[in-house]
Order: sequence, then structure tokens, then C-alpha cells
Amino acid sequence: MKPTKKRNNRKPEKAQVCLRVNGEPVEVAFAPHKTLLEVLREDLALTGTKHGCELGECGCCAVLVDGRPVLSCLVLAVTLEGHEVVTVEGMAEGAKLHPLQEAFAELGAAQCGYCTPGFLLTAKVLLEETPQPSRERIKKALAGNICRCTGYIKIFQAVELAAARMAGKPAEPSKESIYGWR
Amino acid sequence: MGGANGAEQKDLRVIGKPHRKVDAASKVTGQTKYADDLVFPRMLYTKILRSTVPHGRILKLDASKAESYPGVKLVLLGKDLPIPYGALPVSEDEHPLAIGKVRMMGDPVAAVAAVDEDVATEALDLIDVEYELLPAISSIQAALDTPEPRIHEYGEFGNIHRRQVYEFGDVEAGFAEADFIREDITFYEGSTHLALEQHASVAQFGHDGKLTLWTCTQDPHYLHRSLAKVLGLPQNRVRVIATTNGGGFGGKCDPFAHEIIVSKLAMMTGRPVKICLTREEIFYCHRGRHPVLMSTKTGFKKDGAITAMHHRTILDGGAYGGHGVASTFYTGVLQPTTYQIKRYKFEAVRVFTNKAPCGPKRGHGTPQPRFAQEIQMDKIAEQLGLDPAEMRRKHLVPPNSLTVNWLRIGTMGLGKCIDKVVEGSNWRERFRKLPYGKGIGLACSGYMTGAGTPIYWNGMPHSGVQLKLDRSGGVTVFCGSTDIGQGSDSILAYIVAEVLGIDPFDIRVVTADTDLTPVDLGSYSSRVTLMTGNAAIQAAERAKQMLIQAVSAKLGVPADRLLFADRRVSDRENPEKGMTFVEAVWLAETQFGTLGTVGSYKPAAAPGKFKGAGVGPSPAYSYSAAVAEVEVNPETGIVVVPRVWIAHDIGQCINPVLAIGQIEGSVYMGLGEALMEEMTYRGNRKMVHKFPSFLEYKSPTTMEMCDVISYLIEDRDSNGPFGAKEAGQGPQLPVPPAIANAIYDAVGVRIDEVPITPDKVLKAIRAKAKGQEGRYGPTVFPHCDMPASIFVPTPEEGGDGKAVERQPVLA
Ligand code: FES
Ligand code: FES
Repeated sequence: MKPTKKRNNRKPEKAQVCLRVNGEPVEVAFAPHKTLLEVLREDLALTGTKHGCELGECGCCAVLVDGRPVLSCLVLAVTLEGHEVVTVEGMAEGAKLHPLQEAFAELGAAQCGYCTPGFLLTAKVLLEETPQPSRERIKKALAGNICRCTGYIKIFQAVELAAARMAGKPAEPSKESIYGWR
Repeated sequence: MGGANGAEQKDLRVIGKPHRKVDAASKVTGQTKYADDLVFPRMLYTKILRSTVPHGRILKLDASKAESYPGVKLVLLGKDLPIPYGALPVSEDEHPLAIGKVRMMGDPVAAVAAVDEDVATEALDLIDVEYELLPAISSIQAALDTPEPRIHEYGEFGNIHRRQVYEFGDVEAGFAEADFIREDITFYEGSTHLALEQHASVAQFGHDGKLTLWTCTQDPHYLHRSLAKVLGLPQNRVRVIATTNGGGFGGKCDPFAHEIIVSKLAMMTGRPVKICLTREEIFYCHRGRHPVLMSTKTGFKKDGAITAMHHRTILDGGAYGGHGVASTFYTGVLQPTTYQIKRYKFEAVRVFTNKAPCGPKRGHGTPQPRFAQEIQMDKIAEQLGLDPAEMRRKHLVPPNSLTVNWLRIGTMGLGKCIDKVVEGSNWRERFRKLPYGKGIGLACSGYMTGAGTPIYWNGMPHSGVQLKLDRSGGVTVFCGSTDIGQGSDSILAYIVAEVLGIDPFDIRVVTADTDLTPVDLGSYSSRVTLMTGNAAIQAAERAKQMLIQAVSAKLGVPADRLLFADRRVSDRENPEKGMTFVEAVWLAETQFGTLGTVGSYKPAAAPGKFKGAGVGPSPAYSYSAAVAEVEVNPETGIVVVPRVWIAHDIGQCINPVLAIGQIEGSVYMGLGEALMEEMTYRGNRKMVHKFPSFLEYKSPTTMEMCDVISYLIEDRDSNGPFGAKEAGQGPQLPVPPAIANAIYDAVGVRIDEVPITPDKVLKAIRAKAKGQEGRYGPTVFPHCDMPASIFVPTPEEGGDGKAVERQPVLA
């Protein structure tokens, strides 16, 4: 980035945007070059949304805009006037965790937990569109999210477990997923 | 010491059960605070100006324009921080900001603290810096060939950082006993941790003269020492709080320049100062896998018994020492932990190059030699016409024995591991029997459960735990350990809950804060479960004794009949008779006053007594065996790994679901290193990293990840808490060689280096089609003058673990 010559005279013009975040109306003012990621984390104190690259390459920062997963590091927040944003902080219903959150907790699918918010939100949309996805479908849906800890397997299993439970089945994780093979 | 005390396996209530992690709820709801999530009033932001040349003298450095740029509070230069530091006391060769000279692209040169990140970034452009270019060294060969200019003024000579030669027994005599001898040259490319979290730190300096640093470090204790040293503060004025690490894998073990820089800036400005590195900067901080060139000469009998091994390694260390001296040892010291090797010679050289410094990454220094050894075992079996699984099985290191290089092995479950994966993969029906293009391969490994010696010499515990019991029935565990995702906070809760008969979620865990928690050396060398676990057992047993005294007197039940379970303390023989855990705590507090205990753990002294014997010894060794299945497209050279079977000897799992998670994560990382991950630089363009980004640095996504069939082998080790051994690193090690061996089974070519990219496979397939050797890999091992070996007679020869004057070599 090149230095702005007359910094002293620069009037920091802020953009003013009204949107809904996690179901609540929010009015926020910020420097217009800011990404949604930055506005969420810095101006709205929603630090649950993470960043691993800030270049649209790792999937960490995924949030939902109007129900679709987007990489918040690639979205300019000024474009979101009137839109609906959901972050990981908005997944639980009150004190009740979303079935995906339960399943991730149960299977240890969040090791360091840093990639988790991005996976949870991406998987949420997957299950809304495809309530009983195959393993292949899950892999494709989550292909843009990198996880360096889990090898993805516990994440796949957690998505499958949540899907079964959301379909009303009293599903439990398979023995192998917890104890290994015998 | 805790040891494998506690209940029999069948009586365990918490240990071995799939409890949630204590931090699971906060991690799935976005509540966990990582370093970059912290914000303080009046906080300043820092950006670092980094070298744009790989090697050069700084001719001019003028920051005056930047200093007067609006919004800039301070510009920090090398002269402000003259004291050197480094991860190991033997190689303190770093400065937070360059002094006089830069040694790599990305070396920190100046740092700006400003009111926001934009201003700080803009100000970097105003710093005037000129370099006189020095010749840059890009590879192992170049480092050996170019003694001048030296990258550092210390080390062996020229650009050789370190040389080590050990000989355990007369290796030539061992070769003389062999039926066959073969020498294989292999190369293991460097790779990086690529933890998802970008390194971040925030420092605050109070008017009371105390510094606090929140940072994503794996080793707050070592960082604490380095910070105090470089900043010239007494250690008791420095507090390091390791925030939850968003992945570590060894990449957050070194004390980092940016951590010291924000601390100094906070001291000078009196304001909180934050930094968050960009992904590109992290590629230059690195400290990951060393590229290692290896030559493994092995003498063996017709049945595969190894009479002698001469193993040589050369490590491309990059621009700084870091943990490199330890890494150098690790490229050889654990080789003898799997199969019996009668005599062993190990030579290692670490060179400096003008690239990002290497250091500890999952498996620290051992995936490289394990790859060399395990693909050679496959070749030996082939040469002898033996089944590689059976051949390995026959020559295992026995349990409760000393290896040729004086490592004490406790339980040894590798045989069972091999049996499991052989059976699970249907090995006997498939090995050498699959159609062209499909193959399976086997490899094994051993790893340590915690380094036996700390990185600075001292006789104190490696891990300490403090326990507080309060009237609510709540128990708080304080420990310096750092959760990097492996679940170490949870392990503390499970263990204390097991001993005290309460629920893990009754317990609060306070960790990784040098002000509040007793020292634990850090999350490295797979040491945390064993060491903190033993310390926690001791602290909890001591607390339990106090409760027992109070309850036993009150109820008139003999102490040894009291059972702690289900939040109750009761008479084993008359369970009705008892009280709640809370009541027991009240009684004990009434009798003894405020309740608190401590526990600590220190590994036993190493059996080897020679210089350097401190690296390699461990309280316990874990073992793994893996079978990989591959599909190789002979037209494109593309290798797909559909499935890996892996068995891991864990001693006793504290929590199976977390253990399986560690194994799957290890297989993942091994798969990445085997097929795609590489740190490579443009030699012709000032040695910039070829692809310092998530997108271009290839790592496995959900689409490349293989299925993993995991088996836990439980053979309790008396040194582990409840018998537990590690699971976080060992299972990665057999994966790359298993894949290489499977590729040979599939298409008959040997790829003797990683990553095994399609171009290498194709070259080998084409060479083979032309009647040449179907192999891709290094062919020469360069010469380096070596000192005389440290000669140590083997335990079998009746040695006492000390080095001796060299015996005359056999005629
Ligand atoms: S931070 Fe947005 S994709 Fe990586
Ligand atoms: S859990 Fe650590 S990156 Fe996914």
C-alpha cells in the first residue's frame, strides 16, 4: 500500500451501513475499505469469525450472507446494506447448541477450534440444502475449508451425526469413530 | 512420580472414556479467545519491515520519515534490542531486528507502532534501507561448497552449523558380519506447519514495571526466559500468557522476533501493542521441517537381522539455529527404537542457508530418517524375498530393553501394531498381488513420549501441577501446559476427576500463565500427557489423602476401604455409608485449613552417560504401524491414497475419541508431506519463497484426505499416567514411507524422496520403461569433513553408557 501524502488532512470518511447480524438489526460505521471480516471482528466485537489468510484461500472466515456461505475476508462490508449475516455466535438458539455444534463437541471435531466456525457455518448450509448428504457430498461442500488438525474425518462424522439427528433419528456416533477398529 | 498407578483398567471411570473436551463448548460457539481476538483500550498496532534481500549488509537505515508520519508512535530498530536470543542456549544467534546484516528474505529490519494497521503499513514504505548484497546460499550443496561469506560467525566452520558423529559399537565389525550390505540415498523435502491461526501477540506494560504478553506460543516458559533476557527485565517482572493456540505442530515453539518487538514497544510507549502476522510473513518465520539428505548403509543377514547401520544426514537449517541442534540429533537418535540394530553409527551435519529457519514440526527431525529407514526395509525384504511385514516383526526391539544407543524401552507394542494393520488391510492377499497401478505398502515407527531433558540445564521438575479444592466441591487445576488443540487442558481434568471420583466438568483448568501456573516446559516432544498427567496424579493423590484422613475419622471406616466415585466418598464394602464429595471437602478444610496440593514430575536420568546422551531418552516410546493403499495413474503420475490402516501403541488412552483424532490428524499431515507439501524457494530470484500462501502451498483438502482405519493398541507403560503414552506425533511417521512403499507395489518404481509429486513418479516410470533404473531420488551424498566419532560400547557389549577411547578397528 502506498502512503497517503497528506495524512493530516485526510478526513476519515466512514461508511454507515444497516444490516442484520445474527437476527438483530445493527447499524455500524467503518472505514469504507473494510471487509466484512474486519467489521465483524473489529467493529462488532464478533471475534468468533476467524482468519487464516485474509485472501480467500483457507475458508476460516466463512459466514452466511442471506443464508449462503461467503468468505468474509473477500466481501466489502459496504455492500451489505440491508443484508442478513449469520456468524458462529448466531448458531446456537439461546442456550441450546445447534446439532452441528453438539456433534462437533462430541466427536472432538474441533481440535484447536480455529477452523471450526467456518466449517460449522458451511456445513449448516449443506444440511439445509441436502439434509442427508453422502460422504462425497460433504467432502465437496467442505472442500474450501482447510483444517490442519483433524484430517477432516471427525468433521465428516460430525456432519453425518448432526444430519441424522436433525432428521429426527436418535443417532449415536459409531463405535469405530470413538474407539477405533477392534 | 505418578507412574501407572491408580485403579485397574476395569475400574476406571473417566480414563479411557470419550468425554468431551473441557473447551469443546467454547470452541464450537466461537467463544474461545485466540491472541488476535484480544483488544485493549489505547492499543497500538505493529507492522514489521522485512528484508528484501536474502543476504546482505545493511548500509543505510533511516527511519526519520516514518517516525514523523502522522499516527506513528515509535519506530524500533535493531540497535534498540542488542541482546541475542534463540530457542536453544547453544545457538542464540537471533536478534528481534537485524543488526548490521540480514540473513534471509523476510528477516525483520524495523518495526513501526502506530494507531492502526494501515498507518503502520504506510509508514513502512517511508523507512529508507539500503543493502550491500552478499552471495546467498540456497542449498545443502551450496553451503558445503561456499565457506565464505559465512552466514553466522559461529558454528563449526564455513557455513556448517553443527556436526555430530556417534558410533555405538564397532560398526565396521558389524558390516563384516553381514550377509549383504546396501546403501540408499534419500531426500526429505522441508514443509511447514501451516497452522490455521496467524501468529499474533499483544503486550502490555504497567506502571508497576510489569510486562504481560498474550501470545500464541506452545512454550510459554521458554518464551518467558527469552523475553526477560532480551528485554533486560527480571523474570519476575514478565508474565507470559499463552492464548489458546489455533494449531501449533511445532510452529509456535521458538521465541519469535515479533513477540519481543511488541513487548519492547509496549515498554517504550506505555500502551498495549498488538501484532498479527500475515500468512506470507508466517511462511518466512517458518521453523518447520528441515530438508534432509540422507545416506543409510545397512548390513543385514539373510533373515533381515540388522548387523550394522551407518546413517548419515545433512540438514538444510535455513538462516538461524533455533531448535536446529536438537533437530540434528533427532535425524538419527530414534532410529534404533524399532528393530534391533547391533551396531550403529550416526553422523549428522546441519548447514546454514539463506532461507527461512527450520526447526520442530510434528515428529521433530524423525519423519525424515524414518522415511529413509522404512523404504530401505522394504527394499531389504524385496532383496531377500521376504514378506516385509514378517521380516520386520521378527527383529523388533524387545520390551524393557536398552537399544544400541542406550535408550531405555519400556512397553513395546509394535508387533501388535503390525499384526493389526496386516490383518485389517488383508495384507497377505494383496501385497504384490494387486493389478498394475494399485498397490499397498507397510511402514513402522517409534516415537518418544516427552524429551528426557529440558532445553536448558536444570534439575527441577519438567511439569508442575497445583490443585485447589474449595467448599463448593469445585476443584481447580493449575498447570503451565498449553493446549494447542491436542486437548491437554482436558487431560488434566480427566486425570484429576479420575483420582478424586468427580466429574471432569466439576473441575476448572487454569493453564499456560507464567504468573498463575507452575512451570510446565511446553507443548513439544509429545511430553504433555505423560508429564502433566503424572504431576496431576501426584497432586490429586495428595489431596485425596487429606480427604481420606478426614472422612475415615468421621465415618470410622478404614482409609483403604474408602472409594472415591460418582462425586461421593464411601465405604467400598458398605456403599450406603459415605458422604458427598462436597461434604468430604468441608470436613477436610475444617481439619486442615485451606486445601491445596502440588505435584510434579521429572523423568528418570538417561542410561547413556556420553556427551549428547540427553537427546533421545524418553520415559516411554510409542509405536505405530501403517499400511497405505495407493492408486497410481501411470499416464499422469498422479498418486491417490484411498485408505490408510494405522495401529498405534498408546499404552493406555486417556480419551479414545481424542486419541483417534490425533491419529487421523497425524495421517493427514503425513499424507500431505508424502504427496504435496514443500517449502521451496526461487534460487534465481533472491530466494523468495515460491508460494507463501494457503492456495499455492499445497496441503490436503477434504478431497485428497484418505479414509483412515485406526486401531488403538493398549499396553500400559509403567512410566505413563495410568500407563499412557503419546499419540500426537508418532502416528504421522510411518505414513510417508508406507505410501512410497505402496507406490513401488503399484507400479514398480522407487521414489526415494518426498513429496512424491506426479512428475517424479512419471520420470521413474518412463526411466523404467526405457530399461533404466525405475527410481527417482538423490544419487550422491556430498562429502563433509567430519570429526572423530564419540565411541560408545553398546549395552550388549557390556558398556556402561560412557564413551571410551576408540578400540582398534578390526583388521
Ligand atoms: S481468511 Fe478468508 S479465506 Fe482465509
Ligand atoms: S481444528 Fe485446528 S485447524 Fe481445524
